[in-house]
Amino acid sequence: MIELQDISKSFRVAKRNPGFASAVKALFSRQYETVHALNEVSFKINKGEMVGYIGPNGAGKSTTIKIMCGILTPDQGSCIINGRIPWQDRVAHVREIGVVFGQRSQLWWDVPVADSFVLLKDVYQVDDRQFQHNLDELVALLDLAELLKTPTRSLSLGQRMRCELAASLLHSPQILFLDEPTIGLDAVSKIAVRQFIKKLNRERGTTVILTTHDMQDIEVLTERIILIGKGRILLDGNLLELKKRFSHEKTLRIEYYGAQPQLVPGMTVIEQQAGRLVIVLETEICTVSQAIAHLSSQVEIIDLSVSGISAEEMVATLYKEYQL
Amino acid sequence: MSTYVALFRIRFTNSLQYRTAALAGLITQFAWGFMQILAFLAFYRSNPQAFPMEFSDTVSYIWLQQAFLALFMMWFYEREIFDTIESGTISYELVRPYELYNRWFCQSLANRLARAVLRCLPILIVALLVPEPIRLRLPASLGQFGLFIVSMFLGLGVVVAFSMLVYIASFFTLSSTGNRIIAAVLSDFLAGALIPLPFFPIGFRKLAELLPFAAMQNMPLRIYSGNISGREAFYGILFQASWLIILIVVGKLWQRQALKQVVVQGG
Repeated sequence: MIELQDISKSFRVAKRNPGFASAVKALFSRQYETVHALNEVSFKINKGEMVGYIGPNGAGKSTTIKIMCGILTPDQGSCIINGRIPWQDRVAHVREIGVVFGQRSQLWWDVPVADSFVLLKDVYQVDDRQFQHNLDELVALLDLAELLKTPTRSLSLGQRMRCELAASLLHSPQILFLDEPTIGLDAVSKIAVRQFIKKLNRERGTTVILTTHDMQDIEVLTERIILIGKGRILLDGNLLELKKRFSHEKTLRIEYYGAQPQLVPGMTVIEQQAGRLVIVLETEICTVSQAIAHLSSQVEIIDLSVSGISAEEMVATLYKEYQL
Repeated sequence: MSTYVALFRIRFTNSLQYRTAALAGLITQFAWGFMQILAFLAFYRSNPQAFPMEFSDTVSYIWLQQAFLALFMMWFYEREIFDTIESGTISYELVRPYELYNRWFCQSLANRLARAVLRCLPILIVALLVPEPIRLRLPASLGQFGLFIVSMFLGLGVVVAFSMLVYIASFFTLSSTGNRIIAAVLSDFLAGALIPLPFFPIGFRKLAELLPFAAMQNMPLRIYSGNISGREAFYGILFQASWLIILIVVGKLWQRQALKQVVVQGG
């Protein structure tokens, strides 16, 4: 239902050195640099899938989302969603998708949330019965009853995000794009948002494509992840399988007295502070007991824990592996 | 189509709410109208033959201009549209099932009409009641009044179609301030918002009367008083309609071009 083939997109960015002299110089001759935001990106997503689209800042996640929404036109490559090319058939295409940009608001700032919803109903031409049905359901699921009469500007970020989600779903879209939906939310709001997305995917069969930096989101929500870095797809696979690939890896956390210990092959440092060290261990090269023996021979260990790798650490290792 | 009707309706009702702003606007426009008429009166007293328009025509021109200021003022823009472009919220506009051009056109139209509806009646009533010679005359004939109404809506269309170009220009310049100021100063002068076009020196006037700005308030205000009538009025309306079509076509093409190379600001 979503198919991207060799999508590339580059931007021209004006650059100059800091300072007055170069600012004056830039008045007369501009230096441009071409940034390749996307480089032959291809993937396929089936109906009802929930996909986590991850990568460090500036990797091209938002650009891909914008192309899939019909906002940006790629330089080359093809993208077909529900049989349409988004940027060519934009109006028909966007009727069937819902979008949440976590960093922006689609709600009307000065008027009660309910008014924004009515405006969206008119924009999408949702009939009264369908609208009421969707609204009731969304109000119940996202606990919005209290918020509908409040102007958007008086909502907290968590409340607003719940309303944003509802706003993007009033027209029953088949595909939902979420660009950092949990950014800046507190733990409670995050959990509420995640539960809702999960339920939506399960019960309505909505295809969800999600970008995030929060690996918990990924762990809770998605089975499949697509990793992008420097505009290229680096990895596209099942989260569980990926985890299995990393299952021979353990995370070793130690607190210690003394000088920083020397490491042996098979150990990768993820985090280090004075007296604290987090190491990813490749057990095929260096077993847990070897590692502990090695470390305790050098420093006085106060506390130690060994655990399987979390999604967060896995992604950090992946970023390192691909030198992102 | 009904999407745009809905957008129009919502913006219209929303703009009707601003009572205090309307009251303040009314007072300003009364004061401005009186001052301008009194200034013209002094000029006319010294030598009525030296002027290209009858004094009563000039008076009607000024009163109507004040009453329908909201339809024709060129320094009035939708702040929201500039914000959308400059901040990158345009992403959300582009994931809605409408043409951006039509959506902005509806919004401007609704906003201007709502403002005019709130302001025109009190000004017209007072202008019809003040003593001669500064009283607003009734239109020359019913036919002339009909032409005035048609011409007024066409003029409004031209105003909005022109401001669309200013909005689209800010896709390219990022900051809209410069475009806005240049467009406002230039078009207010050439549209006859400061002094009616017939008062311009003849050569310059001939040129000004060919420009799109002459298709804004110039036509309806002069048609009302009978300064332009009969065949001339028909040609005038045709002239307005032509500019309206040209501006819309140019605007739509230019916007399509702009959106193709759009870079959404701020990631």
